[in-house]
Amino acid sequence: MSNLDGREEGQATAESLVLKRFREQFRQALLEVKVWRNETTVLLAPQDLTRACRFLRDDPDLVFDFLTDVTGVDRLGLPESTPRFEVVYHLYSLQHRRRVRLKVRVNEGEAVPTVTGVWPTANWHEREVFDLFGVPFEGHPDLRRILMPDDWEGHPLRKDYPVEASPKWWEEEPA
Amino acid sequence: MSPIRTMTLNMGPQHPSTHGVLRLVLELDGEVVVKCIPHIGYLHTGIEKGLEGKRFQQGIPLTDRMDYLAPLSNNLALVLAVEKALGITVPERGQTIRVMLAELTRIKSHLVWLGTHALDIGAMTVFLYCFREREQILDLYEAASGQRMMSSYFRVGGLAADLPPGFEDGVHAFLETFPDRQAEYEALLTKNPLWLQRTVGIGTISRDDAIAFGLSGPALRACGVSYDVRKAHPYSGYERYQFDIPLGKNGDVYDRYMVRMAEMRQSWRIASQALQRLQPGPINVTDPKLVPPPKQLIKRSMEALIHHFKLYSEGFHVPPGEVYQPIEAPKGELGVYLVTDGGNKPYRVHFRAPSFVNLQALPKMVEGRLVADVVAVIGSLDIVLGEIDR
Repeated sequence: MSNLDGREEGQATAESLVLKRFREQFRQALLEVKVWRNETTVLLAPQDLTRACRFLRDDPDLVFDFLTDVTGVDRLGLPESTPRFEVVYHLYSLQHRRRVRLKVRVNEGEAVPTVTGVWPTANWHEREVFDLFGVPFEGHPDLRRILMPDDWEGHPLRKDYPVEASPKWWEEEPA
Repeated sequence: MSPIRTMTLNMGPQHPSTHGVLRLVLELDGEVVVKCIPHIGYLHTGIEKGLEGKRFQQGIPLTDRMDYLAPLSNNLALVLAVEKALGITVPERGQTIRVMLAELTRIKSHLVWLGTHALDIGAMTVFLYCFREREQILDLYEAASGQRMMSSYFRVGGLAADLPPGFEDGVHAFLETFPDRQAEYEALLTKNPLWLQRTVGIGTISRDDAIAFGLSGPALRACGVSYDVRKAHPYSGYERYQFDIPLGKNGDVYDRYMVRMAEMRQSWRIASQALQRLQPGPINVTDPKLVPPPKQLIKRSMEALIHHFKLYSEGFHVPPGEVYQPIEAPKGELGVYLVTDGGNKPYRVHFRAPSFVNLQALPKMVEGRLVADVVAVIGSLDIVLGEIDR
């Protein structure tokens, strides 16, 4: 499979401007930097997240003003699975046409600081991650389930959640 | 004297003008909306969970069910993400067919938007006109894929099959008549005083708010922000086509209407160019581990038989990693975040659904306005609940 071999994995050799500026400000906070398929991923510690997001949004050279997406990953099935949950942020700069992916990792029950104060659009995204993965967001103004019913038990996108699960009331209903 | 009390009104989930099963809890002071709380999830079908249990090619039909008005755009986002993770590019003809169909899909989606949006506001005729033209596109869908709506025509590595004979004539016939048809809709609406009264200055959102709320697609461009994934980060060869990005200025319902109308003309331009570019050639990549061998070859070649068997029993493996692939879907930026672990199924797929993000800005647009405007604003956002709830 020749066309699978051209992948460029591991550390970024030619550091982009984003990483350079980012490194200057957050020397300690950058836990891991990866570039794959021309996409940059930066792993941060949860306590640095809000500060980093504000910096990325407000820095005049970067201007990541557009939060495209927030989602979660349950790493239970991956070779290295602690901390278990990963919250992934896709940032975009409308001005510079650049994208960067931020990640934080937390264990079961640990909270991630909310970025709703930086980008209001994070509100529903974070509710979705809370609903489907059970990751709480600290400081979120309205942390409720969004897709599943309010009285639902469990978090469907966790890897240990069965694909065919029915709620209790469904099974208990008399025939 | 009793104190002034507000009334709480439940709009939906079974309300014709919420475009599906959207429920809005409206707090009204007379006819003015004080507070609007959207409730979603009534159509949650676990598509992201479902994809984790399916091989890469098997997952494509599930994506049709998200934005069911533009199934091929969803297909395209998923297959492009898998192709990005694999590091492959589809041959020229495959790409051209994809672009042509994606633009026809955009016209098709915008036609449903226009018809239902006008219907919500009270203009019945446009609906009938729009569905007449949509039917032509559905016929083309059927000719190419065998299905009118849930077409699943794109595959990782190319297409399900080449276009049938006579397909180009069908596209040509549609493109030839469409500009006149669009002029008919515009004659009914664009300068109609009733239409202007219901749309101009309604549901306004500022440029900064639109960015902060993550709006994308026509809703963002109506505020004057020139962001279109096809131009900013071209995929499938969009950089080879000539087209403009229509922009609005005021970010109200009328500007969103004007932007989408202009977009249909641009889609017409792109589809016409794609039709001209269409040359005979391969539609799929040549890697036999990704694309099944031709049926004739299976009868003669042992190797082809093995490839065929492996492909349908095991599928193909994607190297471990993660990619984000955005496309410009009719509703806005549709992004696929794909995490792979080296297996033959995706480890995690997430869809950044444009309708989900755009709907979040609805309270911002309707609070403080009349309840009748809520209907106009929902229509102008062009939401599809299948995509919001996934």
